Amino acid sequence: MIEHAAGMNDDSGKEVLPRIGQPMIEIRGLAKHFGGFQALKGIDLTIAKGTVFGFVGPNGAGKSTTMSILATLMAPSSGYAKVDGFDVMEHPHEVRKRIGYMPDFFGVYDQFKTDEYLHFYGASYGIPKAEREALIPQLLELVNLSDKREAYVDTLSRGMKQRLCLARCLVHDPELLILDEPASGLDPRARIEMREILKELKAMGKTIIISSHILPELAEMVDEIGVIEHGSMVAVGNVSDIQNRLRVKRFLHVRLIGRVEEAEQFLREQPYVNQLLRDESGWQIHFGGHDEEQAALLAAIMEAGFRVVSFSEAQTNLEDVFLEITRGGGGFE
Amino acid sequence: MRNGETKGWLGRFNLINPVLDKEFRLRMRSPRAMWTLFFYLIAIGLLAFAAIYLTQELSGRGGVSFNPEQSKVLFYFLSMAQLGLVAFMAPGLTAGVISGEREKQTLNLLLTTQQSSATIIISKLLSSLSFMVLIVFSTIPIYSMVFLYGGISPKQLVLVFLFYLFIMLVLGSFGIFFSTVLKRTMLSVISTYGVTLFLFVGTAILFFIMMNVTSNYYYSQAAGAAPNYSWVGHIMAWNPVAALYSILDPSISDEVFMANRYGNQTGKGAPMPLWLEFMLIYSVLSAAALWTAIRKLRPTSRRR
Repeated sequence: MIEHAAGMNDDSGKEVLPRIGQPMIEIRGLAKHFGGFQALKGIDLTIAKGTVFGFVGPNGAGKSTTMSILATLMAPSSGYAKVDGFDVMEHPHEVRKRIGYMPDFFGVYDQFKTDEYLHFYGASYGIPKAEREALIPQLLELVNLSDKREAYVDTLSRGMKQRLCLARCLVHDPELLILDEPASGLDPRARIEMREILKELKAMGKTIIISSHILPELAEMVDEIGVIEHGSMVAVGNVSDIQNRLRVKRFLHVRLIGRVEEAEQFLREQPYVNQLLRDESGWQIHFGGHDEEQAALLAAIMEAGFRVVSFSEAQTNLEDVFLEITRGGGGFE
Repeated sequence: MRNGETKGWLGRFNLINPVLDKEFRLRMRSPRAMWTLFFYLIAIGLLAFAAIYLTQELSGRGGVSFNPEQSKVLFYFLSMAQLGLVAFMAPGLTAGVISGEREKQTLNLLLTTQQSSATIIISKLLSSLSFMVLIVFSTIPIYSMVFLYGGISPKQLVLVFLFYLFIMLVLGSFGIFFSTVLKRTMLSVISTYGVTLFLFVGTAILFFIMMNVTSNYYYSQAAGAAPNYSWVGHIMAWNPVAALYSILDPSISDEVFMANRYGNQTGKGAPMPLWLEFMLIYSVLSAAALWTAIRKLRPTSRRR
C-alpha cells in the first residue's frame, strides 16, 4: 500500500514535518452548536496510536458530530481537533491522507462495478493505476468480496455494501479509521464478519475509533471506551477501569438446593450484597466487592450449610456499563 | 502521494481527473442520458418542422423554392427555440450535481478524498457542459436544413453555437452554485429555474417598464428635451434573448439604447454590442458563482 514518506508537502506546498510521538487524536474543548442546539459542549479526548477506541452514547449524544469534525467535514464552533498532530481545520489535506472515514449512513454509486468503485476512490487519493491494480484484489479479499469484483454495486446486499465501504476507507492505507456505526442494520452473520475484519485491522496496527450498537460484541477488541451523553464526555478509560469505577462492581449468580426463604434471608444479610433479585433458577446478586469478598461470600454460604449448585460471576458487558453510566450511576431496576 | 510528487504541478491538473472520469461514466450509464437526448431532439425536430410548415403555408407557395428571407426567419426561430431549450435543460442538468450527491449520501465520502474543492466543482461543471454540448451538437443536422435554402452564413451558425456554449456555462455555474449552497436539490432546482426565468423574462419586462417610465418622464418635461440615448438599454444587456438576437441582427444593439423613438434616429448608439456587454456581465457573475461554490463546498477555517 502507500507509504507516507517523510517530508511531505501539504496543500500550500509547505514542507510538513512528520509528527513523531503525537497522539493519533487530540481533541481539546471541542464544541459545536447548530443554531441554539449545543451538540458538543467542549469535549476533551486523547487517543494514542494503535488504540481501538469505542465511542458509546445514545443517539444524538454527539458521536457522529465528533466524527464528522475529525473527518474534516464540519467546522467546530470552538476548540480544536488534531489528527496525528494536524489540526483538522488548518491542514485538512494532511488529515484526509491519514483517515479512512465510514459514516453511519452512506450511499454508493450504483452504476459502478465493485472494482471500478474502488478504482475511483483509489484514484481520488492519487494512487497510480498500476498500484491500484495490485491493491484492489487484496482489499476485496480482506472484506470477502473477491467474487463480486465484476458485480454492479447496486446488486450487493447491505452487508456487502458496508464491507465495500470499509474497503474504500482502506484504499489509501490510512493510519486512523473513523467508523461511525459500521455494523448498523446488519444481520448477525454480517456483524460477525465485520467484527472479524476489524480484528484483522487491529492486528495491522491501525488506530480505530468506532461507534457501534454492537459494542458488547466488540468488548474483546476495544482497548478504551469513551461514553458521551448530551454533548459531554461522561467517562473515558479502558474497559475494566470504567467497570471498576461503577458503584456496583459485578453480578453474581447463585443456585442453591432447598431452604429457599432461609437462603434468601441469609444472602440479603451478607456484606457487599447491594441488591438481591430472585429468578426461576436462583438469585442474582449485585455485588459491591472484589475477588476477596466474593470468595468470602461463597465460604459463608457453604459454612451455613446451604447446598450450592452453582456460584458464578455473570459477565458485565459494555452495554451494562453504558446503561449504568448514562443513567447517572443509578440503580439497575 | 508518489503520483503527485513525480508529476509535479501537472499531476494536479490531469486532463481527466478521477471525478471527471466518474461523472462521464456514470452519466452515460444512466438511461436518463439517452432519454434526455431523445426528447431534446424530438422537441427541436418538431419545432423545426412546425416552423417550416408555417413559413411554407404563409408564403402561399407549396413548391420547392424557398425564399432566403424566410430561411433567415427559420434560422432565427430555430436559434431562439434552441436557446429556450438550453435554458430549460442547463438548470435541470446542473442544479442537482452537488445536492444530489449530498442526498444520495455520497458527498461526504467524496469530500474526505484528496480531490480539491475546485477539482470537484469544475469537473462537475465540465461533465454537465460536455453532455449539453453533445446534445446541442446533435441538433446540427436539423440546422442544416436551413442551408438548403441559403441566406445564412456559416459564421453566424458558429457564433450562435458559441453563444450557446457560453449560456450553458453561465446557467451551469448558477446551477452548481445553488446546488452547493442550498442543501436540497428541490430548492436548488427551483432557485436555478427562478433565476433563469428572471434572466429571460424578468429583464425584458423590467426593460419595457423602465423604457416607458423614462420616456414618460421626458415627455412630461419640456417638449423635445428627450435625449436620443438612454441608459435603460443596459437592462437589455442582461437578457440572453436580446444578446443572441444582437448576434443575428446587430442593429438591435443600437435600438435598445434609443429612448426617443419618434425623434432623431442618428444619435449616439450602443456603447458596445449587446452580446459583448452580456458576456462581460455574465463572465463575472459565473466566475463569482463558481468561486463561491468552491469556497462553500467544504467547511473553511475561522482562523484563515
